[in-house]
Amino acid sequence: MGTAAGMKQGDELLALSDVHMHFGKVAALSGINLTIRKGEIHSVIGPNGAGKTVMMNIINGLYRPQKGTIRFKGKRINTLKPHARAKLGIARTFQKVEVFGGMTVLDNIRLGRHVHYRSGILSGAVYLGRAKKEEIEHRAFIEEEIIDLLEIEQIRHKPVGMLPYGLQKRVELGRALALEPELLILDEPLAGLNLEEVEDMARFILDINEEKRWRVTCLLVEHDMGVVMDLSNRVFVLNFGNMIMDGTPEAVQNHPEVIKAYLGEEDLYATRA
Amino acid sequence: MELFLMTLTTGIMVGGIYALVALGWVLIYKCSGVLNLAMGEMTLIGAYVSLSFYSMGVPFLLALAISLIIGFVLGILTERIFLDKLIGEPVLTVIMVTVGLSFFFKGTVEFIWGTDTRVFTPPVFSIEPIHIGPLIVGQVYLWSFVAAIVLLIVFVCFFKYTRWGLAMQATADDEMAALSVGVSARYVYAAAWAIAFMAAGVGGTLLGNINGLNISVSYLGLLVLPAVVLGGLNSVPGAIVGGIIIGVLQNLCGTYLDRYFPGAVKEIAPFAFMAIFLLFKPYGLWGWERIERV
Repeated sequence: MGTAAGMKQGDELLALSDVHMHFGKVAALSGINLTIRKGEIHSVIGPNGAGKTVMMNIINGLYRPQKGTIRFKGKRINTLKPHARAKLGIARTFQKVEVFGGMTVLDNIRLGRHVHYRSGILSGAVYLGRAKKEEIEHRAFIEEEIIDLLEIEQIRHKPVGMLPYGLQKRVELGRALALEPELLILDEPLAGLNLEEVEDMARFILDINEEKRWRVTCLLVEHDMGVVMDLSNRVFVLNFGNMIMDGTPEAVQNHPEVIKAYLGEEDLYATRA
Repeated sequence: MELFLMTLTTGIMVGGIYALVALGWVLIYKCSGVLNLAMGEMTLIGAYVSLSFYSMGVPFLLALAISLIIGFVLGILTERIFLDKLIGEPVLTVIMVTVGLSFFFKGTVEFIWGTDTRVFTPPVFSIEPIHIGPLIVGQVYLWSFVAAIVLLIVFVCFFKYTRWGLAMQATADDEMAALSVGVSARYVYAAAWAIAFMAAGVGGTLLGNINGLNISVSYLGLLVLPAVVLGGLNSVPGAIVGGIIIGVLQNLCGTYLDRYFPGAVKEIAPFAFMAIFLLFKPYGLWGWERIERV
């Protein structure tokens, strides 16, 4: 599941073409074209209400656009439901953390492995041996790869609802990673974090993208321009549902319309106060 | 004192059956937010199915197993046919559909099995009471309680330790996040209805063994409401405790208050208790307190 047979770095992983989405008479997206290449960190920036989250919801299947096509690994996925897209290898985090508050950190991350379990509802109950062995393998993966990477050993058995916001965001990232996705959608992963947490999270994103073990392509929605410009291979600028431009961080920073619409006339690196 | 203890024991034992049905109810509510008013009729169907097979000479446990299987299938069909299209519709619409379902089920039961009271013949459980210390307990109560508890344990283990149980909890907790990790909400809803239908069937069968079976067993469907409200609507342990509390309360009122208020005090007591209880604990015992930040 999820292995892109024959896909190389730089191949088209996800493509939106001419995507239109409107709610009643309000156009949230009008004619969006976006290509995400394997191995890249592709960011989407734009003022609040520009349609960034709508775009993420379209990619992950929570919304269906009225017009346009979404291709993932060359296959049209317009009609697939969110859980089916998760199976194909699209994972995401949410702008407002969506964790399973009543469950422990470990159970949250275990749920991220849901699509990788082979034993079905009955065999899980009947073939205890096989299901148990599978469970041990998944457990090892979670403990050694994810918990270790995100440095959350101490809180493994705590209910997520009791954790501070920064750690909840980390658990949410862990859950998305447990899916071993090919495309990871990060919807404002840094919002609401303090400076130290921002640095940690930025480092995790880079690790996930660059480490040989993971090499996950990331689609990043973020307001922190410093981090966006540092991390991204490409930046897509959205305003009122229209694309302003899509290019390298340098090109985006020097584009007059981008500066006017979003960054302001002042210093581009003026990040959050 | 002896009378009190006996009443209490019987109450707990009947309460075990209520707990089982309440668990089914909570499951549907927790996973899909549907307030199901057809629960009582679901107990009827399960009970009549096992009674029919038992009357044909099938051993009781096998008859119960058949009723579980049929309950499973009917649960999935009900969800697929009637409720699938209502996801995201206003709460009132969904409630009205479950009311419609309750009439539909009741009509079907009357059509197939008639309205006369029917009993399990020969009686499944020996009428010889069992002496436990100073207490004398009817076997039918004792075994019904045991059966209810065994099933409760099975269901709770299913939620806690299996992947599908975890997926159901996840959907109940945060549907959007559950979808994003690949859990299909449709499967979860169908599974919730299947389990609820099975639990209801067993509850109805056990109760039918105690009092005989007729349409009035579906009153159980209303009785689970105070039980789950006490527990806090979306708490599984709450449903179990709530069910037992209601069973005890009913029996105590029946024993001690019936002489002063002859008639239906037993039937009304759970609802009166619920109303008073909610004044003090509006979220029930273990309900999720929703704190609205303004």
